[in-house]
Amino acid sequence: MAVVFEKPKSLTDAELHYCPGCTHGIIHRLVAEAIDALGVEGKTIGVAPVGCAVMAYNYFSCDMVEAAHGRAPAVATGLKRSLPENVIFTYQGDGDLASIGMAETVHAATRNENITVIFVNNAIYGMTGGQMAPTSLPGQVTQTSPYGRDIATAGYPVRVSEMLSMLDGPEYIARVAVNNVKNVRNAKKCIEKAFRNQIENKGFSLIEVVSSCPTNWGMTPGKALEWIEENMIPYYPLGVYKDRSAKEEEKA
Amino acid sequence: MTTQILIAGFGGQGVLFAGKFLAYKALIEGKQLSWLPSYGPEMRGGTANCSVIISDDPVGSPIVSKPDILMAMNLPSLDKYEDAVVPGGTVFVDSTLIERKVKRTDINVVYIPSTKLAKDLNAPTLANMVMVGKLFKECKEIGMDNVEQALHKVISARKANLFDVNLSAIQCGFNYSE
Amino acid sequence: MSEKVLMKGNEAIAEAAIRAGCRHYFGYPITPQTELAAYMAKRMPKIGGCFLQAESEVAAINMVYGVSSTGKRVMTSSSSPGVSLKQEGISYIAGADLPALIVNVQRGGPGLGGIQPSQSDYFQATKGGGHGDYHLIVLTPASVQEMADMTALAFDLADKYRMPSMLLADGTMGQMMEPVLLPEEHINAVEKPWAVTGTGMKREHNIINSLYLVPEELEKKNIERFERYKLIEETEARYEAFMMEDAEYCIVAFGIAARISKNAVVALRQMGIKAGLIRPITVWPFPKKAIADAADKVKAFVSVELSMGQMIEDIKLASGCRKPVALCNRVGGMIPSPEEVIECVKNMQGGNN
Repeated sequence: MAVVFEKPKSLTDAELHYCPGCTHGIIHRLVAEAIDALGVEGKTIGVAPVGCAVMAYNYFSCDMVEAAHGRAPAVATGLKRSLPENVIFTYQGDGDLASIGMAETVHAATRNENITVIFVNNAIYGMTGGQMAPTSLPGQVTQTSPYGRDIATAGYPVRVSEMLSMLDGPEYIARVAVNNVKNVRNAKKCIEKAFRNQIENKGFSLIEVVSSCPTNWGMTPGKALEWIEENMIPYYPLGVYKDRSAKEEEKA
Repeated sequence: MTTQILIAGFGGQGVLFAGKFLAYKALIEGKQLSWLPSYGPEMRGGTANCSVIISDDPVGSPIVSKPDILMAMNLPSLDKYEDAVVPGGTVFVDSTLIERKVKRTDINVVYIPSTKLAKDLNAPTLANMVMVGKLFKECKEIGMDNVEQALHKVISARKANLFDVNLSAIQCGFNYSE
Repeated sequence: MSEKVLMKGNEAIAEAAIRAGCRHYFGYPITPQTELAAYMAKRMPKIGGCFLQAESEVAAINMVYGVSSTGKRVMTSSSSPGVSLKQEGISYIAGADLPALIVNVQRGGPGLGGIQPSQSDYFQATKGGGHGDYHLIVLTPASVQEMADMTALAFDLADKYRMPSMLLADGTMGQMMEPVLLPEEHINAVEKPWAVTGTGMKREHNIINSLYLVPEELEKKNIERFERYKLIEETEARYEAFMMEDAEYCIVAFGIAARISKNAVVALRQMGIKAGLIRPITVWPFPKKAIADAADKVKAFVSVELSMGQMIEDIKLASGCRKPVALCNRVGGMIPSPEEVIECVKNMQGGNN
């Protein structure tokens, strides 16, 4: 009988702790599939964040390092400078990457650090129970914006992909989503490219994955996926924001 | 025997360089020594000073608070450190820049117009080395030995062309008499 | 063979680190330790090493964490305000049982403080510094030669005990030049099977981590770590005793304060006062036994510090408060003179403390 679906080798057998309907599971799988497809599990080192994915070190079967909140790009920089032949990736949420770790993110990008960054944007702090994130939408109700995010006092959400694509440093910046099959397929392609870029020494690649948090959004998993389509994607348009090599090829 | 030297002046007068030169000379002579600069923004155009201790024994505190020798390269330095010199110690005064006389009578005083002498040598930035030359003349315990060797150590290869003029400045100071 | 060269303390640390096999340096500019970074910036690219000026102290210490995770020797350096910023990362390094070298060329505080020498980060260095129960091995060089020698030692001890070590220096030690005989190249090859280098598909994955959500596990980890600390306290405490054989007054001082105190001891002896000096070389582990033994013999202690009195607490603890302990201190970048130390000892002699 033909095998039509199996768990990627780069994932362990550990049971995921994520909430039902959470899209972290999908994103973990896409990352693992990319590592499998490129055949680099044995030389890959992942960096886990602080946030819902804090225990990602138990789920990926490659070597893993757990970083302090927001510091994953700095830790990855150390790893890559020490082991330039290895494949180094970080897996970070919006609070980790775009709030407390913004400096580390921007500077790793501007140095064109040859690493792969998986940025999970679900517009909320999940692990601590649903506080406002740097990417929470205007008017979005969270535990710390109970009357809706008021841009007059809490400011605007950060559009990370747009911002980083303004820098000269990074190689590849793309925003994808995992709310339907078509988008998941595209996300898989982009994530694999982000890893391939590193292997080809092209430099800093970041994939922003627009993702859901049914628990803290207070929705059913299905409704959460619709909310991505209706509210998240209009604010965070999908697409490739920067692809230096493609642009250079075009020119040539 | 231990000699405690304090060199003081404006930033840019080569206070630290002069100290470093003395330190290298002591190193070549197998002496124990320490060299401690004042540091930080005050060095940029403000006052700079440098403690050099040369000794036959291991150096304790590297901070010179009671100098045997004071090289005063500007008036604020003389004002600040004149009283600190040990009785019987020696003060070198750049008489081009410092108009007043030393008040104390229990110390040796050597006036030398080092800034003017350096200008006459067409090396206006080397008043420090002119004064060091005079120091070699007056302080026999330090003396004029190993000067060229020490200069080679203290002048980086990149600036090797400045060797001769430094040497002339030292000799100028050594040969100067009022 | 090598000969003595003149070097600034900061440069001596950098060269000694390279000779100890360190090929990765991360830092952020701050006075008075900049010569160290400048030296690394010049040398590292020429020997296939990595110098990286990080965007912050926070980033720098996390880059250190990254390299250390791979099992290689790595260091960062800073001065007091910058070392405060590094505390988060240091706690993680300690919590993940990683070796690394942190250099603190101290300046006056708190806050932005000043740029002149200080020893007021003693508590931060010896009592933990960041959150959680942990220690660093803290070495206190008192000469440019020791800046070099202790750099090599600090790397060795960090590797041996899988924990961060710190050189606790100060502005004078960093800025002064003295003749130094640089240590020979030595790579102390310690097996690091825990390092993340890629599994090579040949072993289970390694995880570098300080997170233990099960309290029983976290408690066990802490207790195990403190068993290691106990062994270190028993075997690695280092100090120098100077004229202590018949001393009646024991000065305790490290770093620049010890240099000044040595002058004071010599002068006091000339006055017929039996003074001696215990110079802690490690301040964690603190040389408790040396202090306790001295407490049996001397009439009083004098703690000479460039702080408002931090090490004095360890002296009181180690001596069991059996003898009076006076404080002779200057702060804010000021440095006590030998005369001030002499005065303080004389006061103890008079019995007023």
